[in-house]
Amino acid sequence: MTGTHQDASIISNKIEINSLDLFYGQFQALKLVDMSVQENMITALIGPSGCGKSTLLRCLNRMNDLIPGVRVKGKVLLDDSDIYDTSIEVAELRKRVGMVFQRPNPFPLSIYDNVVYGLRVAGMRNATRLKEIAEQSLRAAWLWDPLKAKLNHPALELPLDQQQRLCVARLLAVQPEVILMDEPCSALDPIATMKIEELMLELKKKYTIVIVTHNMQQAARVSDFTGYMLLGEMIEFGQTNDVFTKPTKKLTEDYITGKYG
Amino acid sequence: MRIHPRYTQRLAVTILGGATLLTLAVLVFIIVFVLEKGLPVVNFRFLLTNAEDMGRSGGIFTTLIGTIVLPLLAIIVAAPLGISTAVYLTEYTLETKVTKIIRFGTDCLAGIPSIIFGLFGFIFFVTTLGLGWSILSGGLTLAFMILPTIIRTTEEAVKAVPKSYRQVSFSLGATRWQTVKRIILPNALPGILTGIMLGIGRSIGETAAVIFTAGSSLRLPTSIFDSTRTMAVHFYILAREGLSSENAYGTAATLIIAVLAINLTAYWMMGRFIAKRS
Repeated sequence: MTGTHQDASIISNKIEINSLDLFYGQFQALKLVDMSVQENMITALIGPSGCGKSTLLRCLNRMNDLIPGVRVKGKVLLDDSDIYDTSIEVAELRKRVGMVFQRPNPFPLSIYDNVVYGLRVAGMRNATRLKEIAEQSLRAAWLWDPLKAKLNHPALELPLDQQQRLCVARLLAVQPEVILMDEPCSALDPIATMKIEELMLELKKKYTIVIVTHNMQQAARVSDFTGYMLLGEMIEFGQTNDVFTKPTKKLTEDYITGKYG
Repeated sequence: MRIHPRYTQRLAVTILGGATLLTLAVLVFIIVFVLEKGLPVVNFRFLLTNAEDMGRSGGIFTTLIGTIVLPLLAIIVAAPLGISTAVYLTEYTLETKVTKIIRFGTDCLAGIPSIIFGLFGFIFFVTTLGLGWSILSGGLTLAFMILPTIIRTTEEAVKAVPKSYRQVSFSLGATRWQTVKRIILPNALPGILTGIMLGIGRSIGETAAVIFTAGSSLRLPTSIFDSTRTMAVHFYILAREGLSSENAYGTAATLIIAVLAINLTAYWMMGRFIAKRS
């Protein structure tokens, strides 16, 4: 798998996944997955429950390392260097590839302490700099105006959609390059979901986003590329428009039209 | 024959409620009994003067000091050791046969009668290490006695911290130690404090483990190499030797009040801590 030559017309690939296998003990959860993620685009992963889409997402910042008994084969290249290489510092990788989880999960700390958590663990002590970045991050997540007067309030008192956007702000503060979103709207109502989707479209100007979603309409609305997965395999991958309007595989078509899943 | 659910329900409420009431009654009875017999003796003079004539007369000042110093030393030794062990077992190791054996071991250790610890402390600290009957020997023995309790309660408290906090922390580039320090320990603190309080409670009331290791000197200790006597040991000796039942009950009453006061303070501190964080 050396020297994948790229077409000159294709914009640079931020992430390149080559023949990725993943095993939970004996169970193979990912089978020879190939996928590329382009910079400043939103890439969506869809598929029925248990198809491996979240597992694939968690390979991109090595969150699967935390689960005992996981083995990975194949390559995941971030800017052309393999993130599973032994020379990679996992904590550093996770600062570059951040994650928003399914349920909003602020720490039981103040709003401010949540936002600067990543900076503090990275060793930043300068109070004015911390405040600046906190403001920038909250602004970027559209939270500065509603929350600027109550930065010392407990984060867990916020409504769920603000909690989720606070999690986005907390992530933006560490200045990641890629944002992974694992069904970020599944705990939210439609209006809150809409806000997160708008936010994603805004964020893709600066970041590369990969989102796992249960909601096919969501994938159709926000993403530029879509991968359809089933039982650990990448069945189809391409531009979102193509995948939804003229899928090349029967399995994809049946899923999108709601015949199963 | 089937009894109507209405009656089984009533029966259940009666039995469950009765059991609760009985427990409460026994507890209240013990406390009232001891306080009634002991409180008339307790006053500032009793607390602040030394025992005279083997404790037949005089106060309990030196045993008060012994009761403060021994559990304090035990906690100073056992808390860091126990908390570190618990964090290591829960956060840094996978659940394997080895950790299960260690856990089983701590559970067994928690169930060992305290007199065995006393005997061990006597042989190891007092004799082999040559520390003699001293605060140091007694404190270390108590530390080993309460270590399992602290380990187990800390483990439970650490496990109760939601997994998602760890995930987020790691996903933001924190190391495991940073996660432990900034997220897990602060959130587990109320549970850890409960374990420490249990440990203090056990060591304050301990006699068997103390009498073999710290001795029963009534002199005011001037260093940790001096022997001392705790209130519990004092009570035991007064009652056992038939020296003075009034002073024995006075000591017991003071001990009960002290334990109550410590528990109330702990609850108050915990309440304040939780209120401050949320």
